[in-house]
Amino acid sequence: MSASIALQPGALARYETPSTSEPAWIKVTLITVALTFFVIFLLFPLGTVFVQALSKGWGVYLSALTSHDALAAIKLTLITAAIAVPLNVVFGVSAAWAIAKFEFPGKRFLITLIDLPFSISPVVSGLIYVLIFGAQGWFGPWLAEHDIKILFAVPGIVLATIFVTFPFVARELIPLMEAQGAEEEEAAVVLGASGWQVFWHTTLPNIKWGLLYGVILCNARAMGEFGAVSVVSGHIRGLTNTMPLHVEILYNEYNYAAAFAVASLLALLAIVTLGLKTLVERQTRKQISESQKPSES
Amino acid sequence: MASFKNFSPLPGFRLSLGYTLFYLTLIVLIPLSAVVTNTVGMGWEAFWSAVTEPRVVATYKLTFGASLLAAAVNVVFGLIFAWVLVRYRFPGKGLVDALVDLPFALPTAVAGIALATIYAPNGPIGSLLAPWGIEIAYNPNGVLIALIFIGLPFVVRTVQPVLADLEKDVEEAAAGLGASRWQTFLKIILPHVTPALLTGFAMAFARAVGEYGSVIFIAGNMPMVSEITPLMIITKLEQYDYRGATAIASVMLLISFILLLVINGLQGWMQGRYTKGA
Amino acid sequence: MSIHVTDINKQFGAFRALDNVSLDIPSGQLVALLGPSGCGKTTLLRIIAGLEYADSGRILLDGEDASDRHVRERQVGFVFQHYALFRHMTVFDNVAFGLRVRPKKFRPAEAEIRKRVTRLLDLVQLGWLADRYPSQLSGGQRQRIALARALAVEPKVLLLDEPFGALDAKVRKELRRWLRQLHDEIHVTSVFVTHDQEEALEVSDRVVVINKGKVEQVGTPEEVYDNPATPFVASFLGSVNLFHGRVDGAHLHVGEHALHVGHDHNVTDQAIAFVRPHEFDLLPVDSPEGGLPARILRVISVGPTAQVELARLDGELVEVTISRDALSVLGLREGDNVSLRPRTIRVFQGERLAA
Repeated sequence: MSASIALQPGALARYETPSTSEPAWIKVTLITVALTFFVIFLLFPLGTVFVQALSKGWGVYLSALTSHDALAAIKLTLITAAIAVPLNVVFGVSAAWAIAKFEFPGKRFLITLIDLPFSISPVVSGLIYVLIFGAQGWFGPWLAEHDIKILFAVPGIVLATIFVTFPFVARELIPLMEAQGAEEEEAAVVLGASGWQVFWHTTLPNIKWGLLYGVILCNARAMGEFGAVSVVSGHIRGLTNTMPLHVEILYNEYNYAAAFAVASLLALLAIVTLGLKTLVERQTRKQISESQKPSES
Repeated sequence: MASFKNFSPLPGFRLSLGYTLFYLTLIVLIPLSAVVTNTVGMGWEAFWSAVTEPRVVATYKLTFGASLLAAAVNVVFGLIFAWVLVRYRFPGKGLVDALVDLPFALPTAVAGIALATIYAPNGPIGSLLAPWGIEIAYNPNGVLIALIFIGLPFVVRTVQPVLADLEKDVEEAAAGLGASRWQTFLKIILPHVTPALLTGFAMAFARAVGEYGSVIFIAGNMPMVSEITPLMIITKLEQYDYRGATAIASVMLLISFILLLVINGLQGWMQGRYTKGA
Repeated sequence: MSIHVTDINKQFGAFRALDNVSLDIPSGQLVALLGPSGCGKTTLLRIIAGLEYADSGRILLDGEDASDRHVRERQVGFVFQHYALFRHMTVFDNVAFGLRVRPKKFRPAEAEIRKRVTRLLDLVQLGWLADRYPSQLSGGQRQRIALARALAVEPKVLLLDEPFGALDAKVRKELRRWLRQLHDEIHVTSVFVTHDQEEALEVSDRVVVINKGKVEQVGTPEEVYDNPATPFVASFLGSVNLFHGRVDGAHLHVGEHALHVGHDHNVTDQAIAFVRPHEFDLLPVDSPEGGLPARILRVISVGPTAQVELARLDGELVEVTISRDALSVLGLREGDNVSLRPRTIRVFQGERLAA
């Protein structure tokens, strides 16, 4: 709980000189305000999920999770993430390599384009696939003719998920790799390493924590995406419902305990994500402070 | 592009850039162009009547009003959060720091049903407020609450590193020149974090405008009162009114583009401000 | 304004930064706090400024106890090592800051502020940069703006933390001379921290040598250089050659050779002697005056003096500086054997040795 305090005592001590600190009552007030806001807006919703999930006891909880529809939703969610995340990892690494290690015109614009899905409403992200693959869409008639289902089927869900999670890995890696520069890679090339060797032995060890961080975030969003998937799914129980969609259906049927039971799995995923993120940040901080040590002494 | 060079000793430029552009085009650009071509195809009049329908206009007002307000609330509390996390020690700090990102990590549908349950008239907070005549859930207040939740991390996480970067000696210099702590805050610290605050504001606002999952459960979704614009697109789709949905989507896309440009501009400003040594 | 520091102690965790430090700085002087990094000199400066509070001890400014006074009320000007300029303000606004944050009652009118800032910018010869931002200035310019900003509030004391530390060698030399001239013009009591002995000796009226949280010696540059009070001062100021030996009457015995050291020394088995490189004579091996035999390893004769590197019989290295003329008169070359005779030798023994 106080891990971050133990980690950076120096960073805090910096502010404890008499000329740069506030009176105690201001400190206490600000901390109280922040903690109150924290409890009401963050802790309370998170706690509610678990309290509601278990409100009817463990029996109901477990049966909600092991129902046929819930298991199908969990399976579909895992499949979707298992396809979307690796694809976006390959893209993210390749985009970061091109952008961070080379100079070319239009680079900033390219970065903006990569960020695009992040700033688009998830509902719009879903809609674009309706416009392409829907009955009246670009490929709608052709797909119907050949009896291929994309919209309101698994491929549509996967595509929409790829779209909304598109920038996550790239935007973690680009600033990281830009900051690291190309010197180490150039040294490896001078020493005779091939392209893949440069990447595996020089680049990857340097970016592994950032990459892991990007994968974690990408995965969390892929499993938790609601708006975009909701538009393309068709809400067919047991077939095209992901976990968040299953939560919605149960909730709208006033089956609150079951809805929160499935939601609790997603909340656990969020907690694990945040835990891993804290861990990764700690690792990168350590890496940074270690790489700075020689210059300090 | 003064430093443009055609030659680099590193391999893989063509491959990586080529793949990047290919994948970007396939996944993002072509699908997005569907909105544009469909909008252009429907003609000006159809477009205009779809996007100015009174029920749709009411959603703009709610979406933008609530998003602005939520982003403003987040600027205030986000700054307090960042300040407290960077400068003070208190019990539970590690937990607070980790959970600030909860709105990023928690699926929006989960956040939505949790908030709706808490603020419903019979929920733990809603029942406390009900005797005072304050209703949060199932009206525009609920939209505001959900958007505050979803936007908080943007401000905290943009301000936090900038605040941590402010050298102590700058504040000491101000104190040494006779400035009170409040003057130091107003004249030194606040100008230093202003670009970050604005960036955080714009990011929280952009996210709030497009937000769907965490809002619809708590909003009540009454036409003309508590419907948000993204919901309007879904409603149109469910009525098989693809044109209407596309028209509204193109308005939202345009706004997203503008906000993206604004945020990029702000970030450029921030970088210029914070990386120049002084 | 005079500064009196009495019995200051300061501890950071287990680290003792200042150990019972007392110091008097007379009004109007330019004083250097000199010591290796981590010796506590910056902490002392920050305590005088009020940026840090001592664990115990007093700070008297102009005879008045200022120990508990906030930095705002101490009327000190502080120049930070990395300048700490406000980067969102122009040079002009930076310098005007201290005047503009005064309570309304004491705040000069804007026209007066303008006049004073302009005068200060002229004083530091940077009036033409008034509208620039700190990021557009060179290191030396930033340093001078930081100084002007500190002077704007008309401080009674000017404190400078490693004022030339972040500058390159050439600019540093210029600014040093300029600081000395400025001080002679405005005569405000000034204290600056440095780890560069050359800087301290060249610029200051008095040098305070600090080591491991303690004051080793206070004196004029000549005093501390010529008559170091402790082995630390002797070795920290300029290069020295070190001899371990036994003192017996008027002689220091190094191995089987004896060097004349004067009379007022006790008989002891453990003594350290210091000789600066330019305080040696190089004599022929069989010279009647005696001395330590050594062999020339290397001669570097660039500039007006020549540096000669020698090895004693026991292998210890000795560095000697002599004029190039003397070198050519002696006709010495690498590989020659000579006899080393110190003209001046400082011997530390007993308590002073431990210091």
